[in-house]
Amino acid sequence: MAEYLIKNGFVFDPVLGIKGDVVDIAIKDGKIVETTEVKDPKVIDAAGKTVMAGGVDIHAHVAGPKVNVGRNFRPEDKLFTYKPRSGVERMQGGFSVPTTIRTGYNYARMGYTTVMEAAMPPLYARHTHEEIRDTPILDQGAYPVFGNNWFVLEYLKNHEIENTAAYVAWLLRATKGYAVKVVNPGGTEAWGWGLNCENVHDPVPYFDITPAQIVKGLIEANEYLGLPHSMHIHANNLGNPGNYTTTLDTFRLSEGIKPRSKFGRDQVMHHTHVQFHSYGGDSWGNFESKAPEVIDYVNSHDNITIDLGAVTLDETTTMTADGPFEHHLTELNHLKWANTDVELETGSGVVPYVYSPNIKVCAIQWCIGLELALLAKDPMRVFLSTDHPNAGPFTRYPRIMKWLMSEEARRQQIDSFKHRDKVIEATNLAGIDRELDLYEIAQMTRAGPAKALGLSQIYGGLAPGLDADVAVYDFNPSEPYAPDDIEKAFSSAEHLFKTGVQVIRDREIVSNGNKRTLWVNAKVNENPQVMRDVREKFLRYYTVTLNNYEVSGHHYIPNPYVIEVDATQ
Amino acid sequence: MSRTVTDVICPFCGTLCDDIEVVVSDDGKELHEVYNACAIGAEKFLHSQAKDRITRPRMRQEDGSWKEITYDEAIDYTARMLVNAKKPLMYGWSSTNCEAQAIGSEIGELVGAVVDNTATVCHGTSLIAVQDIGIPSCTLGEVKNRADRILFWGCNPAHAHPRHMSRYSIFPRGFFTGKGHTGRKVIVVDPRRTDTAKIADIHLQVEQGRDYELFDAFRVAFKGEHLPDVVAGIPKEKIYEAAETLKSGRFAIIFFGMGVTQSLGKNHNIDAAIAVTRDLNEYTKAAIMPMRGHYNVTGSGQVWGWLFGFPYAVDLSRGFARYNPGDTTANDLLRRDEVDAVLVIASDPGAHFPFSSVKKIYDLPSVAIDPHETPTTEVCRVHVPVAFVGIEVGGCAYRMDNVPIETRKVVEPPEGMMTDEEFLGRVLARIKELQGV
Ligand code: SF4
Ligand SMILES: [Zn+2]
Repeated sequence: MAEYLIKNGFVFDPVLGIKGDVVDIAIKDGKIVETTEVKDPKVIDAAGKTVMAGGVDIHAHVAGPKVNVGRNFRPEDKLFTYKPRSGVERMQGGFSVPTTIRTGYNYARMGYTTVMEAAMPPLYARHTHEEIRDTPILDQGAYPVFGNNWFVLEYLKNHEIENTAAYVAWLLRATKGYAVKVVNPGGTEAWGWGLNCENVHDPVPYFDITPAQIVKGLIEANEYLGLPHSMHIHANNLGNPGNYTTTLDTFRLSEGIKPRSKFGRDQVMHHTHVQFHSYGGDSWGNFESKAPEVIDYVNSHDNITIDLGAVTLDETTTMTADGPFEHHLTELNHLKWANTDVELETGSGVVPYVYSPNIKVCAIQWCIGLELALLAKDPMRVFLSTDHPNAGPFTRYPRIMKWLMSEEARRQQIDSFKHRDKVIEATNLAGIDRELDLYEIAQMTRAGPAKALGLSQIYGGLAPGLDADVAVYDFNPSEPYAPDDIEKAFSSAEHLFKTGVQVIRDREIVSNGNKRTLWVNAKVNENPQVMRDVREKFLRYYTVTLNNYEVSGHHYIPNPYVIEVDATQ
Repeated sequence: MSRTVTDVICPFCGTLCDDIEVVVSDDGKELHEVYNACAIGAEKFLHSQAKDRITRPRMRQEDGSWKEITYDEAIDYTARMLVNAKKPLMYGWSSTNCEAQAIGSEIGELVGAVVDNTATVCHGTSLIAVQDIGIPSCTLGEVKNRADRILFWGCNPAHAHPRHMSRYSIFPRGFFTGKGHTGRKVIVVDPRRTDTAKIADIHLQVEQGRDYELFDAFRVAFKGEHLPDVVAGIPKEKIYEAAETLKSGRFAIIFFGMGVTQSLGKNHNIDAAIAVTRDLNEYTKAAIMPMRGHYNVTGSGQVWGWLFGFPYAVDLSRGFARYNPGDTTANDLLRRDEVDAVLVIASDPGAHFPFSSVKKIYDLPSVAIDPHETPTTEVCRVHVPVAFVGIEVGGCAYRMDNVPIETRKVVEPPEGMMTDEEFLGRVLARIKELQGV
């Protein structure tokens, strides 16, 4: 493997605590090494440029059944977007739901190297892995959903944490999954009957359990196993005016629980796309931001991490395992609606959406996403995301960086809103003058998410021993710049290395890399009861046999990266 | 001696039953018995055992006779044919695995082909309708465990998907459906009194080609609005009754087949069917599902979805994906003389396309990849026999509800035979050589 020396760049690295100093970064055998260790490296001249670790996305919808529904049912999303095959690049297309090929390339262009698929229906795990396999360059993992799973509901009804944990371990292995995801706990099961659970104490029909019990139980099972990532939740009541109280109720379920993981994370709950969960008012008429209340809680509780779900003011495609929410959305906007309920496990919906700057509610949502980031005290616990493609496509991350780093850019946007004054009144953003720096951006996009994922031993920084995922951007932080320069530079990395392989050279993709699929293999003590329950449920209620459920076979996961967890003690 | 392989997937129809048991000889070379499969499914397994099976590629000669050629020659012919063509058509893909489909897609990209699958003559209209209006659906287990109202519209599972009713839709006892058949109300809409219609609680004998009107009538009836005395040949009382039956259920499912996708109205019928389902969700829970035919036609739509963004009729000839059914669909291209070579894989247009299209295939450089001798293999210049997917080689297939299942290899293919995936992989490599990429 070639050796590289990236010389004289302005380095931003929270792991080493480097805040823009000129430091050389050396790469050897796929890892970052001390500069003295490379003998005859290829030299990259990074003078006057910004150097960071490869980006890590903790939450995006980039592979699997609902993503493909989004692609196949929106030909209009492809208009004018295609790029023919050339060089190593394969044909690519799509805007808010790009093809797998474009997904890999576009993340790479932004300097990202690791992306987590945020919701995998277990029965569709094979599909998710096939798409991941066909996504070039990126290391990826997928979170199977647990919050409406019949096994989990039944075990947790009786507070059987050990059985829940054994089942979680079994399902992670069967689906080659990475983490415990929860989406609208109980509510999606209720949607099997056309119903929902709107707050944490709403009973789940038939199952005699509440969302609060599900969430708390899954946190406990997660810590029982000591998984790399924490329980990862999209709470109840998403997208409704006044829902910030449900969000705070959900946060509080983590109180008093400490992480029990050897993987270096400090949180027991990751709450995703919090923008969608920070709404005040009781109707769309008096809809307002409650970002300060929500982020205050996060600021004062260090066992929680969040990501933004920032709105980017685009036409996009919403998709979530929150089935009832998507039905609610299609009633609201009357656009096309796809829904799939998955036996014993989960559900999902897909609806196109337009976040127009001319609509007051959309503009308020835009403010809320940015407020969360700008009011955050600890950027190591608040991560940049759009809940791609829900609040906007991931390709807008550099634009969000611009908004976060430039008060001027925000003001321009606010001034362009049709309902400017009402938006200012319903939000706090206009009064915030904070401008994030590149070190904080590196915390929110690299070091922070890697740590929260339990992956800080391989990703997120430039310390020797970490994987050589390195991005070089044509951005000189020591010179004056216009806000748009940020967006431009971070949309198109000049160089990118993925585990030591140069995949972008002079802004051109030169390699499809050697992508890996991350999954977690948790060993637990034998649990005959859980295995008997599994056999019985497959026999009676599933439509595939138990022996046909597990994702196995080289063609699904040609290059696995397995994280071993031992929970047998 | 023999042994039994369990949990085998049936690679015949979109029901994709995965509980088949197959008895094979100890050395794994012969397949003796098939249990649990329906008659057509079992026949597919047993067919792989035909003693007179063609096991080597062959090329049609000037005089119409066949000459055996090597796989290498077949690979070279196929690669050159595709590279030399301006706009080759790569059609079929419905009875092979997703791995082969993925490789075929890359070939299509390299040679600028049009790739189309059998949806073009069955559920392509459904795919268009989904682009118009979406689709509220579910997995078949939701039907088994929850559904108490079952509507079959323009389909006859008793014949086309024989185990559908026992595994998923009418008879099984599920978690919330402990009474099985007796807890369910079954409605069939079909102009004929099919075997499926015979077991229905309500059979609406719609006038041929009037499905759209009847769908609309349902939407009116749900709202309790006024209907004319007779719609589409059905008295209004029966429509109100059927509508009330659906509304009063806890979970309703509509299954629809080629009786509505390929009759007058086509995709507009499915628009209306999905609108009926959407409307029902105002009153209760409802879902709708196409009865997909081939066991993996769904899979090819998925693979092209994630690679190109469209589920069928994808024109890659300009270097990027274009999609315009009626224009980029296989029959339209053939009839307009717009393609100059044809590769057919895992399907039989010779038996299902109009004669005028089949004649075009006959006149063009053409390759058929198929384990069987079919009308298609007889009109193509080269026939490449391959191992049976799901019997002699495994690989991923998607059920009619889009659930992916790994098919199983149960017996060895005849000595020296290639699989679809191997053959296409070799063609891809040869194309890269020829193109110098
Ligand atoms: S119903 Fe279809 S999948 Fe099942 S055994 Fe019969 S042919 Fe095979
Ligand atoms: Zn999400």
